[in-house]
Amino acid sequence: MDSKMIAVAALVIGAGAGFFIGKGNKEVVEVEKIVEKTVEAKQTSTLDAVRSKGFVQCGVSQGLPGFSNADDSGKWAGIDVDLCRAVAAAVFGSGDKVKFSPLSAKQRFTALSSGEVDILSRNTTWTMTRDTQLGLNFAGVNYYDGQGMMVPKSLGVKSAIELDGANICTNTGTTTELNITDYFRSNNMKFNLVAFEKADEVVAAYDSGRCDVYTTDRSGLAAQRTKLTKPDDHMVLPEIISKEPLGPVVRQGDDQWFNVVRWTLRALINAEEMGVTKANAASKASSSKDPALLRLLGKEGKFGEELGLSNDWALNAITAVGNYSESYEANVGPNTPLKLDRGVNALWSDGGILYAAPIR
Amino acid sequence: MNWKPNTFSKFANDANVRGVFFQVVLIATLVFFFFWLTDNTLTNLSNQGKSLGFAFLSGTAGFQISQTFGTWLFDYQVGTSTYLDVYFIGIANTLLVAVLGIVAATVIGFTLGIMRLSNNIVFRAFATTYIEMLRNIPILLQLFFWYFAVLRSLPGKRDKLEIIPDLIGVNITGLYLPAPVPQEGFVYSVIAFALAILLTFGVKQYAKRVQAQTGKITPVFLIGTALVISIPLITFLATNSPLDWNTPEFKDSGPMLRRGYQSGSGMILVPELIAVWLALSLYTAAFIAEIVRAGILAVSQGQTEAASALGIRPNYTLRLVVIPQAMRVIIPPLTSQYLNITKNSSLAVAIAYPELVSVFAGTALNQVGKEIEMIFMMMMVYLTVSLLTAAFMNWYNDRVKLVER
Repeated sequence: MDSKMIAVAALVIGAGAGFFIGKGNKEVVEVEKIVEKTVEAKQTSTLDAVRSKGFVQCGVSQGLPGFSNADDSGKWAGIDVDLCRAVAAAVFGSGDKVKFSPLSAKQRFTALSSGEVDILSRNTTWTMTRDTQLGLNFAGVNYYDGQGMMVPKSLGVKSAIELDGANICTNTGTTTELNITDYFRSNNMKFNLVAFEKADEVVAAYDSGRCDVYTTDRSGLAAQRTKLTKPDDHMVLPEIISKEPLGPVVRQGDDQWFNVVRWTLRALINAEEMGVTKANAASKASSSKDPALLRLLGKEGKFGEELGLSNDWALNAITAVGNYSESYEANVGPNTPLKLDRGVNALWSDGGILYAAPIR
Repeated sequence: MNWKPNTFSKFANDANVRGVFFQVVLIATLVFFFFWLTDNTLTNLSNQGKSLGFAFLSGTAGFQISQTFGTWLFDYQVGTSTYLDVYFIGIANTLLVAVLGIVAATVIGFTLGIMRLSNNIVFRAFATTYIEMLRNIPILLQLFFWYFAVLRSLPGKRDKLEIIPDLIGVNITGLYLPAPVPQEGFVYSVIAFALAILLTFGVKQYAKRVQAQTGKITPVFLIGTALVISIPLITFLATNSPLDWNTPEFKDSGPMLRRGYQSGSGMILVPELIAVWLALSLYTAAFIAEIVRAGILAVSQGQTEAASALGIRPNYTLRLVVIPQAMRVIIPPLTSQYLNITKNSSLAVAIAYPELVSVFAGTALNQVGKEIEMIFMMMMVYLTVSLLTAAFMNWYNDRVKLVER
């Protein structure tokens, strides 16, 4: 009987192995099919797909005031949202032909590469890894961010270089702790780091005085400051200790759509430079004699058609959301709760680094 | 009728054969499940261009960690310490809060358990209210409550609340104590302390023999205490007091940022540690109190009566009759509570206490991205600590359990 049992055992093991090996191979084949499908999806034109469904699907954050945030009535606002509206206006002539998908940090790239959204405009940092390894392209930068530091004004500190020996609160992020440690090490200063898991606890701990300094991205500092008991008693120091260029992302391999998004952003920046606003765009288009302005607003040349759009694409985008400055001032500027100065996000001609290639 | 049983049906109806068959099926399924899991993981990792391995542990950790017991123990230096050091720091901080929590929860829990059985209505009502409130609120909420309650009630960083002037003080950045700095020759006092403890065990054995022979009871506890205090103290004084104290230094002038307690002076307990300790011990104490109450109630009244009928005095009745019998009921569930403290200490990540989950599976994981290896290493720590605790408690349980003859 022993030999029979061994035979049974061998049979079971053999059958099981065959089943699992067979199954494993099937899965490999399926994965390959999915990859092929993704490649096919990329090859069809996004612009045609957007036109046929009648709206632009835009991936935004789940709520970051000033960048992309829905109000009580569900209306989205923010500079990232404005960019999507501008693209929708450039394609359809109306900034309302856009739908928003709130995405978490983890979901965002998958949502874009699978075709669930057409643009990802979600305060996403442009890095080499993301640009080269994820099958995505960054269409430009609409906000130059960077890790900064906030201190209570009562500390009497004017610069981060005076912070030797400080207690610093932060949340564990991708590189937040590393950046702040690098800064203090390179300046030969000591500090103590208190790292929380979530931003809400950092705000509460900083507000109660546990730390002298709160460090995270400057746009985040500005947004979190509004949650403090006395926001006006705190200031953001001028130092920026990391580069976080934020911008819109599209799928790699669709140059037409890439150009639409990239040049819509550039049109908004060029509009600020030329003094074209939401209010005066239409009148300038009909009365101006400036050739650069006429090219931007579609009265000279066929720049829109080259993009696959109508020639008044930029005029529509500007009429829908205003120029870059108007969008900035309405969402994150000094008169909003975020109170962010233009800083490096000013035009190159005003001492900033915003420099859009010309339309000609 | 000449009916001959089919060999297969005979075989299939054999209980032994069936048993073995299903065991083999079960084992084969399990083996293939784990094989499939491992194979899939490795395939997916290699598709993402990642590999398994522990080489990252020797890499340099470039980030600061909150100064605590662990960073002091392993002398953490940004730029020279490795990820392995970060791992050990996390373990040290986890163990510190677990041990502190177990000690405090045991003391508070036993006190509350006895209070709940008290005849005094104030004690009883207090213990009942405490237990029912604390064990019914989730521990994470209690953690937040204690942390922010502690923070908000303490004086600010530039102020202090002195408990013993110039020696012990507290403010929002922590509790500051004098730090002992052993000088040359202090090792003799440590040796003397160890000798005194050994001597006390000797006295205990001797006392047992004396009691067995003559019936006389030697006050072992008093003698032991006297030995453990006096011998090291005499050695300490004889070797010219080789211990310095580094007292906390407080500045209230100069630039605003530099005011307050100076880093590097004295010993500091950070508020995160205090909050985790408070939350863990107060929460678990509520459960331990109920276990203690159950244990004491499990000893029948008849045992006490029998003891007094034998002429045993009341304080000996409690120590020699009631508590040993209560312990065998208390120990097994108490072990579970001790394991819970260790595991719940991982919640401290929420309030920035730099324990294992926070520094290793949080900050370090963000830098190196070795999820599988790092989570595995972390699970091994909790498993090892829990198994060791359980082994110790089982050993203790074997000693105190009812020996049946």
